[in-house]
Amino acid sequence: MASFQITVNGERREVNVDPSTPLLWVLREDLKMTGTKFGCGISACGACTVHVGGVATRSCIVPISHIGDRPIITIEGVGNDAVGRAVQDAWVAQDVVQCGYCQSGQIMSAVALLKSTSRPTEQNIEESMGGNLCRCATYPRIRAAIKTAAAQINKGGA
Amino acid sequence: MPRLRASVLVSAIVVATALWASASRFAGAETTSNAQGLAAWDQVYSVLTSPRCINCHTATNYPQQGDDRHRHVANVVRGPEGKGVPGLNCAGCHQETNADSTGVPGGHNWHLAPLEMRWQDINDRALSSAAVCRQLTDRTRNHNLDGPGLLKHHEEEPLVKWAWNPGRRPDGTARTLPPLTHEQFIAATRRWVEAGTPCPSGK
Repeated sequence: MASFQITVNGERREVNVDPSTPLLWVLREDLKMTGTKFGCGISACGACTVHVGGVATRSCIVPISHIGDRPIITIEGVGNDAVGRAVQDAWVAQDVVQCGYCQSGQIMSAVALLKSTSRPTEQNIEESMGGNLCRCATYPRIRAAIKTAAAQINKGGA
Repeated sequence: MPRLRASVLVSAIVVATALWASASRFAGAETTSNAQGLAAWDQVYSVLTSPRCINCHTATNYPQQGDDRHRHVANVVRGPEGKGVPGLNCAGCHQETNADSTGVPGGHNWHLAPLEMRWQDINDRALSSAAVCRQLTDRTRNHNLDGPGLLKHHEEEPLVKWAWNPGRRPDGTARTLPPLTHEQFIAATRRWVEAGTPCPSGK
C-alpha cells in the first residue's frame, strides 16, 4: 500500500492503495465515484474513459502510480466545463441514452474530441468515437448529439 | 647513362609494384568490409522486422500488437501525427513506462513511426531486406540521419530501447524480445555504419 495525492474534478484527494491499482477502482471503490463504469477491463470498450491531464484515458488499465500530478476529470465533473456542459445538454436533447452503461465513457470521449476539434467531420467522429462500444447501438444518436454540441459550441453557447 | 636508365626502370617497377599491392590490399579490404557490412545489416534487419519493432512501423492506418501482429484493439487509428486521435490517443492507455499490473506497454512519447518509415506493405507483410535498408538510409525519409545518426537513434531513442524492456502481457507472461540483445543490435548497427551502410541489391 502507498499514499497517493490526486486531483479529481478540481479537488485534492488522498488515497491509500496498492500502486498497481487501476485508476478506475480508485475512483469507484476508494472515492465512491461510481459514474465511471467498468466494462471490459482491457481498454477495449471505453466505458471507463476519464480525462487525465486533458487526455481521454482508459482508467481500467492505468495504475494509480502512473497518474502523477496530472488532473483527473470524470463524468461527475465534466459538466463544470463549457464544452462538457454542451455535450451533456446535447445528450439530453437527442435522448441518446438507452441502458446508459457506456454513456459516461461516450461523453468523455466526445468532450475530448470537441475540445480538440470544434467542427468535427464524419471521419473525425468515426475515428475518435470508434473505441467506445455501445451494446444498445445508440451510435446514430451519439453522432447526432456530437453535431448538436458542436453547433452549440460554435454558436458561442459554450 | 645505361646505369641511370636501369636505375629508373627498377625504381619504376618498385613503385608500380607497391602501388598495385596497395591498391589490391585496399580493394580487398573494401570488399571484406562491404561483405561484413551486409552481414551486419542482416542482423539489424532481423531486429527491425521483429514484432516489438515492426508493429509500430506499419503501412496502414493502425498499429499492430502481439507476436502475431494483429490489428490493435479498440479501433485505434494512426491520426495526423501518429499519436492517435482526440478521444483515442496512444497516450490514453500507453503511459511513460510499462504497466505490468494491467499488461499495457508504455514508454515516453508512445507513437507510430511515420509512414515514411513503414517497414511493411499494406497487407502487413514485412518489406524485403533491400527495401527496408534503402528506406532507412534515405535521408529524405529518415529525418536526415546519416550513419552515425542512425547509430545514435538505435542506441538512445527510448521507444527503440523499449523493445528490450517490453514488459508483461495482460496474462502476466513476458513479451517476446527481439532476436538480438540491444548490445548486439548496436554492435551490428555500428559495423554496418562503419562499412558505409551498404544495402543488399534487389527489390
